Amino acid sequence: MKARVTIMLKDGVLDPQGEAIRHALGGLGHKGVTGVRQGKLIELDLDATDPEAARAEVARMCEGLLANTVIEKYAIEIA
Amino acid sequence: MKAAVVTFPGSNCDRDLAVALKQAGADVQRVWHKDTSLPQGLDLVAVPGGFSYGDYLRCGAIAAHSPIAPALRAHAERGGYMLGICNGFQVLTELGLLPGALMRNAGLTFLCKPATLRVETADNVFTAGYRTGQQISVPVAHHDGNYQIDAEGLTALRDQDRIAFTYAPAINGSVADIAGVLSANRRVLGMMPHPERAADPALGGTDGAALFAGLVGRLALA
Repeated sequence: MKARVTIMLKDGVLDPQGEAIRHALGGLGHKGVTGVRQGKLIELDLDATDPEAARAEVARMCEGLLANTVIEKYAIEIA
Repeated sequence: MKAAVVTFPGSNCDRDLAVALKQAGADVQRVWHKDTSLPQGLDLVAVPGGFSYGDYLRCGAIAAHSPIAPALRAHAERGGYMLGICNGFQVLTELGLLPGALMRNAGLTFLCKPATLRVETADNVFTAGYRTGQQISVPVAHHDGNYQIDAEGLTALRDQDRIAFTYAPAINGSVADIAGVLSANRRVLGMMPHPERAADPALGGTDGAALFAGLVGRLALA
């Protein structure tokens, strides 16, 4: 079973890297980009066979290590 | 006064920090990240700057789960003094011993230069050698020094007089220009600037020396 964790800065937190990407895209002529947020994608290979148990364990991983919930939010996909 | 300096793989200010503490009169021992206990009878644990574990995942995140981490947390929880500088500050926030988080500088550049700091409070052992409102020059060297905390947390820091230093002027996008914060019991200080790099005339500045002199002097009396 695989889990895919997407970690992004929380909505209220200014993302300076996203802003720099947006600026660079504008420089390439992409004038219609009004906002860019960038984050991290972490893929996990798991022994687990029960999707709900896997999701709960990955959530604990996010809270304990993968995300800093002071400034980051996370989303989990199980496949 | 007994102090320990922790070294993680990638720490690079550990020796400088040990030297600054020794010059101020501390008995300094070195601790390795794979140790699982601290020496007995420590007054202070100092967490140095650098790039622990290559800054992988987030600055300080892996160090906060290293073998020595539970002993660091236990030291703080029993009321021990802790000083985290630069990456050490990031480690202390990741350990949950200080509020907030440090993210990429607003200007995205690695900042390596002298910074002017304003001492916001002298009511703690770390900054007791300064006057509240005093301006000092201390180098910064960081890519992720942009201190973030929510509005409620910032209010608590202000109400409890726990902002130790601010940048004057702002350099990295930190909320309220915060450069250093104290724990609720005022015994844990995290700061991004490097006082150990301004603690000897040979280094080009001595404004950081008062931090070590004040700290060691007060803990020796305690």
